Amino acid sequence: MKTDKKTLALTAAKARLLAVQMVYEAASGHPGGSLSCLDVLTALYFDEMKIDPANPRDPERDRFVMSKGHCSPAVYPTLALRGFFPVEELKMFRRIDGHMSGHVEMKHVPGVDMSTGSLGQGISTAVGMALAGKLGNKDYRVYSVLGDGEVAEGQVWEAFMAANKYHLDNLCAIVDVNGLQIDGKTCDVMPTEPLDDKFRSFGAHVITIDGHDFDAITAAFAEAKATKGQPTVILAKTVKGKGVSFMENNAGWHGKAPNDEQFAQAKAELEAAIAALEG
Amino acid sequence: MGEKIATRNAYGQALAELANQYPEIVCFDADLAGATMSKFFLEAHPDRFFDMGIAECNMQGVAAGMAACGYKPFTNTFAMFAAGRSWEQIRNSICYPGLNVKVVGSHGGISVGEDGATHQCIEDFAIMRVIPGMTVLCPCDANEMRLATEALVNYDGPAYMRLGRLAVETVTDTIPGYKFELGKGIQLREGKDVTIIANGMMVQMALTAAEQLAAEGISARVVDMHTIKPLDGDIIKKAAEETGAIVVTEEHNIVGGLGAAVAEFCSENCPVPVVRHGVNDEFGRSGKAPLALKAFGLTPEVIAEKAKKALAMKK
Repeated sequence: MKTDKKTLALTAAKARLLAVQMVYEAASGHPGGSLSCLDVLTALYFDEMKIDPANPRDPERDRFVMSKGHCSPAVYPTLALRGFFPVEELKMFRRIDGHMSGHVEMKHVPGVDMSTGSLGQGISTAVGMALAGKLGNKDYRVYSVLGDGEVAEGQVWEAFMAANKYHLDNLCAIVDVNGLQIDGKTCDVMPTEPLDDKFRSFGAHVITIDGHDFDAITAAFAEAKATKGQPTVILAKTVKGKGVSFMENNAGWHGKAPNDEQFAQAKAELEAAIAALEG
Repeated sequence: MGEKIATRNAYGQALAELANQYPEIVCFDADLAGATMSKFFLEAHPDRFFDMGIAECNMQGVAAGMAACGYKPFTNTFAMFAAGRSWEQIRNSICYPGLNVKVVGSHGGISVGEDGATHQCIEDFAIMRVIPGMTVLCPCDANEMRLATEALVNYDGPAYMRLGRLAVETVTDTIPGYKFELGKGIQLREGKDVTIIANGMMVQMALTAAEQLAAEGISARVVDMHTIKPLDGDIIKKAAEETGAIVVTEEHNIVGGLGAAVAEFCSENCPVPVVRHGVNDEFGRSGKAPLALKAFGLTPEVIAEKAKKALAMKK
């Protein structure tokens, strides 16, 4: 499915509103990193990936693993808007009587390809899916979003050594480089830069883009697809909390829900963005 | 009683053979293929064998990803680095989503010998069985290991299986009526005074201990409990009711393993004395395997002593 840039922007704005709303209604969750990676997710699910909401377990489908599994408020609204389940089900997020766990979960949510939450683990499972694709001569692709704080986990580098060894050119990882994590700036908590040199030295083809520019995102996916013999890592430079003025570039919004007043303001801002894009 | 062969060899050969009829079996190792005996698979099916290097955590995750795509992965490394190093990957990437990965831990227990405490895993049963939904196995000989491996291929879900390093005598092939079933213990010897429940290479020692006890006029039943989880409560209850005293022997810490599992079951269902025999909550030590086992009291003689202790506690 190909989608024009304006529609992608509108879809992402709608997803952002749903993301903030579900965190607000659950009174807990992770808005910051969800808002930062939502343009990438929208481009994946509405433009890039070969998927069918009517057949979420199609063996031939492209796969997606949210390695930073706390960004369920990015994944679940994207899946809902894409038609995997009704938007109303987002109300079940983080509820004891619901089926939408705080971290991304595959057993009960249609369209989720892997349960994640413990950082560093998702990318290994994505490597496994890509390896399965190679072994079975399938032409599906595997995408995975990681956080730039997450890459401090040693397992991420174990995974890329394996992706390099097996020449997994069907694997495309996107690092959501928003520069912030729970305890503060990534460069202070545990410096992970230079990410481009690191991933390149681990055998990946590295593309650095503005993670909020749909032309750049879709071009990077095309470049990744055309890259043979090695995996691709897209370093998507993003703004944590993107789209909600008071959440932007503020580590405090990593894992906090807005109060009534804050939600009203966030809603007004995102509705204005939606109206502008619809106009 | 027949061939003397290590369960790791029996497993490696069995898996390689089973892969002929199951194209979905894939095999992983973390640079120990020559020791875990996944080398037999590598030789027979190099296209389905993946050496992931010394990176066990990633190996479990990659296996989870392949299971999510319909394959039947078996991951191989030493018990210490499977159950230990990659415990959280096994919990969160394999067991929580309920993926069909078989985690195989070779070189379990004190009988690793010379390599010493860092490699003598005596905690794997405990830390694997506490994970919800995990199946935990420790077959005793080559015959049982072949049957267990085939049963795991046909079981859809996560499981952990421990293999032993030492060559051990095959005993289960000559037991009349012996039948392997996941989650079902097997009575190898009838007895009425006390029951010895064992797994792994302690099964052979339990049979020897029962002989020694018989010479003293004590009739000891021997139950081979190859599956630690799910635990066969029926065979334990029957033993408790018919013999009134139980000793559990395993090449594992007495904390948390099969002995603990049996004690947990008995205390709630059929309270009888349960004496745990194993490693007494201490780390292993280097030494030739038979001497190391002896140093930790993992011998038929000590099992017989523990059986007498259980017997003395009977009301």
